Amino acid sequence: MTEHAASPRRGDTPAAHAPAPQHVVETMTGAQSLIRSLEAVGADTVFGIPGGAILPAYDPLMDSVKVRHILVRHEQGAGHAATGYAQATGRVGVCMATSGPGATNLVTPIADAYMDSVPIVAITGQVASKAIGTDAFQEADICGITMPITKHNYLVTDPAEIPRVIAEAFHIAATGRPGPVLVDIAKDALQATTTFRWPVETSLPGYRPVTKPHAKQIREAAKMLVGAKRPVLYVGGGVIKAQATAELRILAELTGAPVVTTLMALGAFPDSHPQHLGMPGMHGTVPAVTALQKADLLFTIGARFDDRVTGKLDSFAPYAKVVHADIDPAEIGKNRPADVPIVGDAREVLADLIVAVQAEFDAGHKGDYAEWWEKLDEWKKTYPLGYEPAPAGQLSPQQVIERIGRLVGPEAIYAAGVGQHQMWSSQFIRFEKPGTWLNSGGAGTMGYAVPAAMGAKAGRPDSEVWAIDGDGCFQMTNQELVTCALNGIPIKVAVINNGSLGMVRQWQTLFYNQRYSNTVLHAGPGHDGVEPPAQGGTRIPDFVLLSEAMGCVGLRCERPEDLDTVIKQAMEINDRPVVIDFIVHQDAMVWPMVAAGTSNDEIQFAKGVRPDFGDDLD
Amino acid sequence: MSKHTLSVLVENKPGVLARIAALFSRRGFNIDSLAVGPTEHPDVSRMTIVVNVEDLPLEQVTKQLNKLVNVIKIVELDQAAAIQRELVLVKVRADNETRSQIVEIVQLFRAKTVDVSPDAVTIEATGSSDKLEAMLRMLEPYGIKELVQSGLVAIGRGARSITDRSLRALDRSA
Repeated sequence: MTEHAASPRRGDTPAAHAPAPQHVVETMTGAQSLIRSLEAVGADTVFGIPGGAILPAYDPLMDSVKVRHILVRHEQGAGHAATGYAQATGRVGVCMATSGPGATNLVTPIADAYMDSVPIVAITGQVASKAIGTDAFQEADICGITMPITKHNYLVTDPAEIPRVIAEAFHIAATGRPGPVLVDIAKDALQATTTFRWPVETSLPGYRPVTKPHAKQIREAAKMLVGAKRPVLYVGGGVIKAQATAELRILAELTGAPVVTTLMALGAFPDSHPQHLGMPGMHGTVPAVTALQKADLLFTIGARFDDRVTGKLDSFAPYAKVVHADIDPAEIGKNRPADVPIVGDAREVLADLIVAVQAEFDAGHKGDYAEWWEKLDEWKKTYPLGYEPAPAGQLSPQQVIERIGRLVGPEAIYAAGVGQHQMWSSQFIRFEKPGTWLNSGGAGTMGYAVPAAMGAKAGRPDSEVWAIDGDGCFQMTNQELVTCALNGIPIKVAVINNGSLGMVRQWQTLFYNQRYSNTVLHAGPGHDGVEPPAQGGTRIPDFVLLSEAMGCVGLRCERPEDLDTVIKQAMEINDRPVVIDFIVHQDAMVWPMVAAGTSNDEIQFAKGVRPDFGDDLD
Repeated sequence: MSKHTLSVLVENKPGVLARIAALFSRRGFNIDSLAVGPTEHPDVSRMTIVVNVEDLPLEQVTKQLNKLVNVIKIVELDQAAAIQRELVLVKVRADNETRSQIVEIVQLFRAKTVDVSPDAVTIEATGSSDKLEAMLRMLEPYGIKELVQSGLVAIGRGARSITDRSLRALDRSA
């Protein structure tokens, strides 16, 4: 199969890319060839840190007017920034690091991007080809290490291969089911003289993603949808990646079927839409979780039946037939058998489905979901998302996040870390548009928020970008605020500071007899884990001082009455990053919750409160 | 559990074997036997992989294998419609008394004696796993000093070729 390297791909905005030069043949070094290749594929931003093996590449990079390099403080930050950039822009994110520890520091963000199918290309330097395998200084077999967490990777020792490999890497990362691709280049290949040719022919005989769905399967799926009594459109991140949200809305409104959007799909369907039931899964809404449990048809698009969605798999959606559309054939039937499997790009699938459903309507077959909606509306009314107020005078974390969402609005981009604050963000910020919610869904990578927000802001400088972070997450990657401050990337960071590793603490509260082993962050080993931090507390570290030391504006909010003022104050500062230390009460918990390993039927609306499901349906 | 024979056409590139072996272990599958070698096309190698799994996990591992960029094509060879062969080299203890009996066994199984010394003979045999097993059972009483066995290789019966179409595509892209 022959593919043109510079061909446009789904999710790409050609206008943002410089047109590839016409048939260039020039003599230059491998390093120059690398930078020229990056320019030719349209990479405009690279996050990275130089070091010995990658050093030759940094010399021509200095002269590039098309590729902006952002010098991060830790390679993990570069990787997550590339991911944030990709998720916010829909283009391939790029990060760069040197051999050995530079490359291994990219492992976490690469694994993260792999789990969430984010298109990034990681470029690493490798020791000189003759030294490979000798345990040379700063040598690590990064191709071997990242084999299970990349969509594909390359070790380049011949400089002539650099343009083709870069073209293939971007093509593989961005097409089909997107994912990370690593390109490891030996130092001598960067230094050697070679010929740069562009455009370049790629040779990928084993890579042929199927995007066009099978017409028969589409007809079958449409038939099932109009014939169902209790269908649910179960929408995953694939719909956002395929830029299929407009098609999704048309199909949803055409059929009148309820919609649930997974953690990776928030923003794919407006939260404000009356057909939206919310997020399914462990901390999903009662209507979303219950609708899946009681459904007679799961109409699944770009979702993968993740264990956080299904709970105990054999009791998940027991009455439902399954239509499963995904671009990755391996996802279909992996966890739950599909009655109608559809392999294809979500956008093409949805576009074809709209036509097929309309044809069913024209033939007089129209689904009647009125009875279903009676139930759904009742669950929506009875079990809305909510939270217990904090003790008098204290801030509740949910309230902080809710107010940020309200005041900052649905145009902004929100990046979350991992834990309670992530779940509360998914619950209490109203997402209306795709590409406005960035988080680490599959891997659950603490420390994702700050660098991802940085990448998003670098890619979409005109959008307001907020990182909603926990105090645990923030202490893992906050150094990238220095990068933000020095490179004109004015993100906002809301640290939801409860002084502890909140989600772990919640599990200790529920499942470990309130024994708070090593989850208190605001005190040392003498602390009993129960005593709340005294007002003023140890303040180690003091996030306001820490932020100011990194060139940001540091603000603190401790009282509910100051909440809106502080958020507005942060919104007005646009020349520097802003960090707000929100001191919230430490015992807030995320509800609803399905305990790990139990059936979704056991969902608790609040602690000890199981909703009345109307079990008469079965 | 049942045995399945997969023929996997892969690009002849460094690291491909590692990718495939790692994928099997990562997804929790045990490889019974694996053989790799060149094909009629210099850029393509062929692996014959025998796995012992249920049908559903087999489908999953096949789909996962197909996702590897270097994997060109996977075909499951039906036991009945394929020729399957293994090669065994075995060194058997032999003296003047037993040598002729051993040679008789070798002839019965249409194997070959490839090396003889005063107290041992080395036998080369090819065939299906069943045949080789039967032969080894017969030789065992004489004392097996050393044994080496290849992975299974297999090819479908009839005129159809699994490589035709994919290799033509490969030629076009070259």
